[in-house]
Amino acid sequence: MSDTAKITTLDQVVIRFSGDSGDGMQLTGSLFSNLSAIYGNEISTFPDYPAEIRAPQGTLSGVSGYQVHVGSKKIHTPGDLADVLIAMNPAALKVNRNAIKPNAIVIADEDSFDQNNLNKAGFVTDNPFEELKLNGVQLIMAPITSMVKASLVDSDMDTKNILRSKNMFALGLLCWLFNTPIDRAMHLLENKFKKKPVILKANLKVLTDGYNYGNNTHGSVSTYHVNPTDMPKGTYTDVKGNQATAWGLIAAAEKSGLPLFLGSYPITPATEILQELAARKELGVKTFQAEDEIAGVCTAIGASFAGSLAATSTSGPGLALKSEAIGLAVMAELPLVIVDVQRGGPSTGLPTKTEQADLLQALYGRNGESPCVVVAASTPANCFDYAFIASKLALEHMTPAILLTDGFLANGSSAWRIPSLDNYPIIKPPFVHANMQPTWKPYMRNPENGVRYWAIPGTEGFAHRVGGLEKDNKTSAISTNPANHHLMVKLRQEKIDAIANVIPLLEVQGNKEADLLVVGWGGTFGHLYTAVEELNNTGEKVAFVHFNYISPLPANTIGLLKKYKKIVVCELNNGQFAGYLRSKVAGIDPIQYNKIEGQPFTVSELTDFFKTILYK
Amino acid sequence: MITMEPIQYKPQDFKSDQEVRWCPGCGDYAMLNSLQKAMAEIGVAPEKTVVVSGIGCSSRLPYYVNSYGMHTIHGRASAIASGIKVANPELTVWQITGDGDCLAIGGNHFIHAVRRNIDLNILLFNNEIYGLTKGQYSPTSRLGFVSKSSPYGTVEEPFRPAQLTFGARGTFFARTIDVDLKTSQDVLIQAARHKGCSVVEALVNCVIFNEGTHKSITEKEFRADKTIVLKHGEPMIFGKNNDKGLIIDGFNLRSVTIGENGITEKDIMVHDAKCSDPTLHFKLGNMKDDLPVALGVIRNIDETSYDQAVADQITDVQAKRPIRKLEEFLHTLETWEIQ
Repeated sequence: MSDTAKITTLDQVVIRFSGDSGDGMQLTGSLFSNLSAIYGNEISTFPDYPAEIRAPQGTLSGVSGYQVHVGSKKIHTPGDLADVLIAMNPAALKVNRNAIKPNAIVIADEDSFDQNNLNKAGFVTDNPFEELKLNGVQLIMAPITSMVKASLVDSDMDTKNILRSKNMFALGLLCWLFNTPIDRAMHLLENKFKKKPVILKANLKVLTDGYNYGNNTHGSVSTYHVNPTDMPKGTYTDVKGNQATAWGLIAAAEKSGLPLFLGSYPITPATEILQELAARKELGVKTFQAEDEIAGVCTAIGASFAGSLAATSTSGPGLALKSEAIGLAVMAELPLVIVDVQRGGPSTGLPTKTEQADLLQALYGRNGESPCVVVAASTPANCFDYAFIASKLALEHMTPAILLTDGFLANGSSAWRIPSLDNYPIIKPPFVHANMQPTWKPYMRNPENGVRYWAIPGTEGFAHRVGGLEKDNKTSAISTNPANHHLMVKLRQEKIDAIANVIPLLEVQGNKEADLLVVGWGGTFGHLYTAVEELNNTGEKVAFVHFNYISPLPANTIGLLKKYKKIVVCELNNGQFAGYLRSKVAGIDPIQYNKIEGQPFTVSELTDFFKTILYK
Repeated sequence: MITMEPIQYKPQDFKSDQEVRWCPGCGDYAMLNSLQKAMAEIGVAPEKTVVVSGIGCSSRLPYYVNSYGMHTIHGRASAIASGIKVANPELTVWQITGDGDCLAIGGNHFIHAVRRNIDLNILLFNNEIYGLTKGQYSPTSRLGFVSKSSPYGTVEEPFRPAQLTFGARGTFFARTIDVDLKTSQDVLIQAARHKGCSVVEALVNCVIFNEGTHKSITEKEFRADKTIVLKHGEPMIFGKNNDKGLIIDGFNLRSVTIGENGITEKDIMVHDAKCSDPTLHFKLGNMKDDLPVALGVIRNIDETSYDQAVADQITDVQAKRPIRKLEEFLHTLETWEIQ
């Protein structure tokens, strides 16, 4: 019985929720990760879902997954292979065959393993486990569908809605398996379904039934416990990258004293930024759901001209459409934040999968010499910081700034200590002041950083015209003078280059004295950091540097990279950052580790690869 | 107490120091003058006026107006102007555009600005030609029009800006011709005073690439018989001798002569620009050939503008939710404490 059952304490555990895209696996996974975080565990999550909203039920293409990594020490990734798999049907089992450990616990809905579903998932025998050679797994087969039906037989809900509660049974089972008190789960559900009392009641009942089922029938199976971590004191919430990005923009608006305007067009996986900001009207945010991507950026440029902190959010295909308008902001020297949540490309590509292949588009994807700031976030939580930083650089240096995140960061989540904005710097846009007249011209620059001054409509005595045509560097009148164009191109570049003076230097992590330097940028931080840490913990020597500032590069980039005998640049594309570094740091020829599968790195593939380099 | 007299602006106050560089004889000169006169009468200060344009001959106009201005990229002026107005509804925003800029590359932005009823004053210069690229047909060029890119004549029907505006649920549409300074000035003032998206189509002459395209209605000797200047609340009377008028005959409009066939002034329709049903406005906007081309304000109805609605929605939400700072908001989320 449960009081005699063994409880095994784990340092960390990886749980993968998997089912039809209508099975509510994303919700179940995020509820479980929230519960673990509230309990004091470290969490990192990664949803992995199909592009189709509801692909045919029971088929391999309809499988939606959500992975949670729970730990009692600092964790940086959603984990490689799962220790526990919840498979709501045979297709989910098959799709995740290679995503679980050989001895993983598999919780499956026994009722869904019927002939029809086995056929749909392409099984040819009656025993899917043997067929997949999953002989080592610890199987918990529970008749989830029939128990949920029985549980809700007296409810007022129809069968369709009753079956939608299956995920809560799975959540209850997991709470039992990980000794998570279900009262907090109940509290979460109460908040979530506040306005839907019938569904709430059903979910609470099924959740409890799932928990009790585990307790009553599998008392002899070991359950698990993950100790809380020593996280810094404070108030925490669960944050996804897209939310953090939206909030970082709001923070920058507050710190600059400017209103926030977002012009955007819905696109996967960036849409939540628009949605989150559209909901923040109490904070005075204005959002404009435009007729297309071009109008998204153009309304933002208009809002910027009018004196707002203006942003546009998109993904790769949208960035392509916005490129001409970004060039206008480069030419007119207006502040503008462009958030590109990267996904697999080219063209429509893999809308729901992650990739880092928009780097060169962000750097060079415009006509003419068109430099702008490019920064990249590296964790779901620090999307907040880099959205803030991109805004600060855009506003203070009168330039477009592109923030690169990706599908992995955007939808992944981690526990986040709610920051105090007192700890964030004030943002000071270079507004004109009255004593600049009568000599002020729109392209007069601050000699220290090459930044022009900003006169917004409504400011008396500063009426002026800007635009996409080249302007005289002194009078600001239209100019086709050859020497003037040459000078203006140089001035625009120098303005961006000078930003290297105000951004932080790179810091090497891991073993600084190593011969091998691992280099990454953006959303791959967690996997790279963990891989390097693992190798150093096992006696290898590996150094690690991660780039968040891409254009301009930190001032110590050249000196730092030249110190190492071997450099490996790891990225989720075909080598764009490696090529960029070669063009910026003469004489280096880094090894490349590229993965272009629409999936994040795994720690084990990285450690394997680094070992081969170390012993080459 | 010191009371400030409202400043009386002069057209000169809206002239910039830039030399105007259109071709001699271009219809855009007259429109620029009409606009600067209208701006003086409207009385909004130069620093609270923003003039936005796209690309094309007419889109050079912002450089010639003393105000805040932005000469943007091809087709996107509606979107950029929308952003300016929504970000700061206090500003008076003019969009200067041409038939190619507005109706070809910028068609999508144009119809959506009109549909949303953003409080912009869109001045559309229609010369039925691409001038800056030296003479290709445009989306308003008539079927069969011969140009450098249609040496055998076009095989496509043109847009009519009035139809497009009404089809996109436009709340204000007026038409003028470059040579009619009085009507131009009058409709520009009404456009500026209308709260919502105002579209003013100016039929302008391109002296180099499409000389005389509007000649059949603009020439002095037949202008009075070929055009009618519509005024809200006034009978639709026109003609050199003020003896012609418009009546409804079945589902169609018909031009009649007062005093013939028993027609008296009472039979002539009175123009109602404020009728919310656009059906008659469509017909008036479409008039040509046997019917006079309508000038003046054809449609002018009051509906909440988008920029106003956005501001109102924020006010409404703020009345219900007292939170004003991000940090306060973050603490309303599902949170937990680590001690």
